[in-house]
Amino acid sequence: MRKIKEFIIEKLILLCGLASIFFVILIFIFLLKEGLALFKTVGVDKFLFGQKWYPISEPAQLGILPLILGSLLVTFGAAVISIPIGVGCALYIAEIAPPKTKEFLKAGIELLAAIPSVVLGFIGMVTLVPWVKNIFHLPTGLTALSGSIMLAFMAMPTIVSIAEDALYSVPKSYKEGAFALGATHWQTIHRVILPAASSGILAAVMLGIGRVIGETMAVMMITGNAAIMPNSILQPVRTLTATIAAEMGEAVVGSEHYFALFAVGIVLFIISFAINVTADLFLHKNK
Amino acid sequence: MFRRLITVFFLFFGVASTCFAAKNNNCLQIKGSDTMVNLVQSWAEKYMEINPQDFLAVTGGGSGTGLSSLISGSCDIAMSSRFITSKEIDLARKKSIEPFEIKAALDGLAVVVNPKNPVSKLTIDQLAGIFTGKIKNWKELGGPDASIVLLSREVNSGTHVYFKEHILRRGNPASTEEFAPAALMLSSSQAIADEVSQNTSAIGYYGMGYISSKQKAVAVAKDDKSVYETPTIDNVIKGLYPISRPLLIYTNGEPKGLVKKFIDYALSKEGQGIVVQTDFVPIK
Repeated sequence: MRKIKEFIIEKLILLCGLASIFFVILIFIFLLKEGLALFKTVGVDKFLFGQKWYPISEPAQLGILPLILGSLLVTFGAAVISIPIGVGCALYIAEIAPPKTKEFLKAGIELLAAIPSVVLGFIGMVTLVPWVKNIFHLPTGLTALSGSIMLAFMAMPTIVSIAEDALYSVPKSYKEGAFALGATHWQTIHRVILPAASSGILAAVMLGIGRVIGETMAVMMITGNAAIMPNSILQPVRTLTATIAAEMGEAVVGSEHYFALFAVGIVLFIISFAINVTADLFLHKNK
Repeated sequence: MFRRLITVFFLFFGVASTCFAAKNNNCLQIKGSDTMVNLVQSWAEKYMEINPQDFLAVTGGGSGTGLSSLISGSCDIAMSSRFITSKEIDLARKKSIEPFEIKAALDGLAVVVNPKNPVSKLTIDQLAGIFTGKIKNWKELGGPDASIVLLSREVNSGTHVYFKEHILRRGNPASTEEFAPAALMLSSSQAIADEVSQNTSAIGYYGMGYISSKQKAVAVAKDDKSVYETPTIDNVIKGLYPISRPLLIYTNGEPKGLVKKFIDYALSKEGQGIVVQTDFVPIK
């Protein structure tokens, strides 16, 4: 009797485990089926490298290069801002902070992660956007930079908590060894702990970036959504995610525009898949 | 405005569930143009006061959203601030839905700038030049030396489509003029109104119901020989203001039953009175 019970529970858990993979596969198949239908009418190179996005014109111009570059620019900006701050914060929490400060900071970071992105977007729209406009004397504050700053806030909790885990799991003997050799605290962090935790930190960075590139609501509210080829971070951009969110409601099921939005989804999927796989490789290298 | 939106959302979420679940006969789903949401919501509120047994749920999303819901059968009435395209009609017929068009009101499309901007009149040609990106600086229009910030609605907006076809392309179907890629795409008329009120070099467009003292509506002329007219109700009725358009309602087949009852109310004297109250222009 106990054996049967054990067996049933084991199989049930197995089923739960398989379910997530099953759903991912289903989603991927659906995405491919709807997205690839576009390439019957539009060439892959025209889609990926076309510089004009006018989806509802006759004939429609479906070039997503400005959107890809827009997404990459915002993500790059957010990475430049969030990586140094995030890794620095993780170092402080893991190595330097006294226990009370540590608990306080960790709670704060978790709280930051809990703010819904639409709220961050709204705050950015009323505070950050006019500020960016005035500081840089721009015609409008709805720029890639505003998006990057706001997204950096969203990436930071991920980066800090995973990087902190990585730093924490460096064996204590390394640190003790470094101290025994007469190294200062900073020398130990810089020469011993950081290199030992590097793969975990890289994974943290990749996951943070993955979060940024998939973010939709905040970027849609503060980047201006103009589909231009960006040549400066102080210009408005349109990202892949914002394009899908803004236009999916309108696209008639089965139209070229609809398939194009799914194809944009495939591109996004490939980008974030690549980022996650890289992060995974780094994490496993660690072990 | 904001309170009205909240009411709309509340009503929608509160009772839409029962509406979908029961699919009973005294329940209507109305969806579409953001320009028309306030108007149709007022109609629905007054209509439900008179007919408490009926329930109407009104949601926005843009004309394209409304028409694609009508085609996919997820709403009974689509509000649209542009005419249905032949492509959409074909798609609808494939799903055995026959779009039926009713003109419910008129709307003047206002072109707005910040009140601090000295430019107060423009021709259609100038507007086309501005929004296609050929005119880039306010200096060229007699304003200060500042680059023009273009504000447009997203592509799911009927206002976007109307403006493109009638201003940028001047009603010529063969024209291939497009909005300048640098135009900022904002997701609602209110977002454009907010940005114009705080940005002295911005220019945007929306239905005249959204004009307030924080924006300045530009007087528009057909060409430089015509008279510049401002978007007022009188000017739209008389046909003097050059950028006006019909606000349309689409139903599946000729309206009957509850749909007909509601549309009859909207077109009645009382319904058209509400049109005036919400800053649009009645058809009769």
